[in-house]
Amino acid sequence: MSQTPPLDGGAFTAPSLVVRNLVKAYTPGIPVLKALNLTFDSRGLTAIIGPSGTGKSTFIRCINRLVEPTSGEILFKGQNLARLRGRALRHARRRIGMVFQEYNLVERLTVLENLLCGRLGYVPAWRAWLRRYPPADIAAAFALLEQVGLDSLAVQRADALSGGQRQRVGIARAMMQEPDLLLADEPTSSLDPKTSVEIMTLMADLGRRRGIPIIVNIHNVALAARFADRVIGLCRGEVVFDGPPRALSDEMLKSIYGGQDWLTASFQQT
Amino acid sequence: MSAPTRTFQRFTRGRRLLRFAVYLLSLAAVVVSLRTVAIIPEFLADAPHQMLDLLTRMWPPDAGHYAKGVHQALIETLHVATLGTLGTVFLAVPTALLATRRIVPWRILNRLAQLILVSSRSVNTLVWALLCVAVFGPGAVAGTVAIALRSIGFVGKLLSEALAETDTGPIEALRAIGAPWPSVLAKGYWPQVQPAFWGIILFRWDINVRESAVLGLVGAGGIGMALDTALNLFYWDRVSLILATIFAVVVLMELLVTVIRRRIL
Repeated sequence: MSQTPPLDGGAFTAPSLVVRNLVKAYTPGIPVLKALNLTFDSRGLTAIIGPSGTGKSTFIRCINRLVEPTSGEILFKGQNLARLRGRALRHARRRIGMVFQEYNLVERLTVLENLLCGRLGYVPAWRAWLRRYPPADIAAAFALLEQVGLDSLAVQRADALSGGQRQRVGIARAMMQEPDLLLADEPTSSLDPKTSVEIMTLMADLGRRRGIPIIVNIHNVALAARFADRVIGLCRGEVVFDGPPRALSDEMLKSIYGGQDWLTASFQQT
Repeated sequence: MSAPTRTFQRFTRGRRLLRFAVYLLSLAAVVVSLRTVAIIPEFLADAPHQMLDLLTRMWPPDAGHYAKGVHQALIETLHVATLGTLGTVFLAVPTALLATRRIVPWRILNRLAQLILVSSRSVNTLVWALLCVAVFGPGAVAGTVAIALRSIGFVGKLLSEALAETDTGPIEALRAIGAPWPSVLAKGYWPQVQPAFWGIILFRWDINVRESAVLGLVGAGGIGMALDTALNLFYWDRVSLILATIFAVVVLMELLVTVIRRRIL
């Protein structure tokens, strides 16, 4: 079912995720997302930018159903995610990795076990209870730890790590799922500028290496422009910009965020 | 000289009147109570003398009685407390899970579990013991079951609160991974409540040792039975021995629990 995309890149553009008329209203009648229609290619990094409270987080959480969509379709691997329930939903979630702003690691478990948590969708519960993880998963966890540069911290507890290290663990955990899609909800918002760049680099690299699409919510426009192949501007629950980062003009940013006083200061970082 | 005189008053006039009324009522209540309890002045005056008399009868404690009549009962008390605490873990953990809305999202089950917790707590251990003696007959079994039943409410309530206060972040992450419910429980909730869990169990064990010491008064086994006998037969030197033993055990328990807590948390 999961196609392996060609490694030369570029040419492969079959849509991997199609969102149709997605509406989410936390209070009936006041939609946060107003009938979004978006198509995502099966590779590349898409950055979603937009002011706070504009529905970026809601959108990304609708995809893996941490938030229940009010109406609309989310087509992924031939399934409508918006309709799935119970076991079918769990099985669909196994194919979608997610990276969080606050890392959301299990603080009192070791780094290694946090990575192994990425396999919980596949590992039977009794094995998780007894910590009898399959040897293949343990090997994969060590390999990933090496890739994210944390192999020396495998047996440290997650609460002993710095923010940047935690986010690396968060990314590695998502990668443990061997996902077909990676979602990231403000992955750099709690990190300093240097670490933010490192985290974005790591995520983009891993995504490219595995040939999977990444959707990142990010409010740092400079970072978005630097790493994204495509930028989507959301404003008040509607798509107001959709294109490559070089098409992001100051005019465009003004219409996404409103006002212009902030522009000189923040965008010159690039 | 027309500077506005600003005054500060903590309460408005109405509230001050109300507060005065409350003081007055409290005073009246004390007066009424004193008249109702009908203190007999002679007995009150006699009390220090009686107390002294009792103390002289208690001193010295009949240490020789320990091996014959106290040691066995003391061991039984410790067994009752420990087994009761162990039993309550098996009863309280499922109840706590059912009572926590974030884990079991069915209101009816939550309410039912909370009802169990409240009814367990609302009945005193001695009353549970009376009921258990009626069911199981006098002895340590009745005491153990009474301790277990009373502790469900305590352990379950505190554990349920700990579960409700866990960080939602990791839980959300595990759900997003597609982990089944038991795995979310094992890797999301359990690591977070583990310190609280051991703390609660140790605390309850400590309380149960103290509570099981009096259960014998209603025939539910343990050192309380020895105390009851000594009291009924006016062996005051034995009474003081038993009281001293209980005191020593409680202090030792306190120390032990502190040490264990420091080790595991």
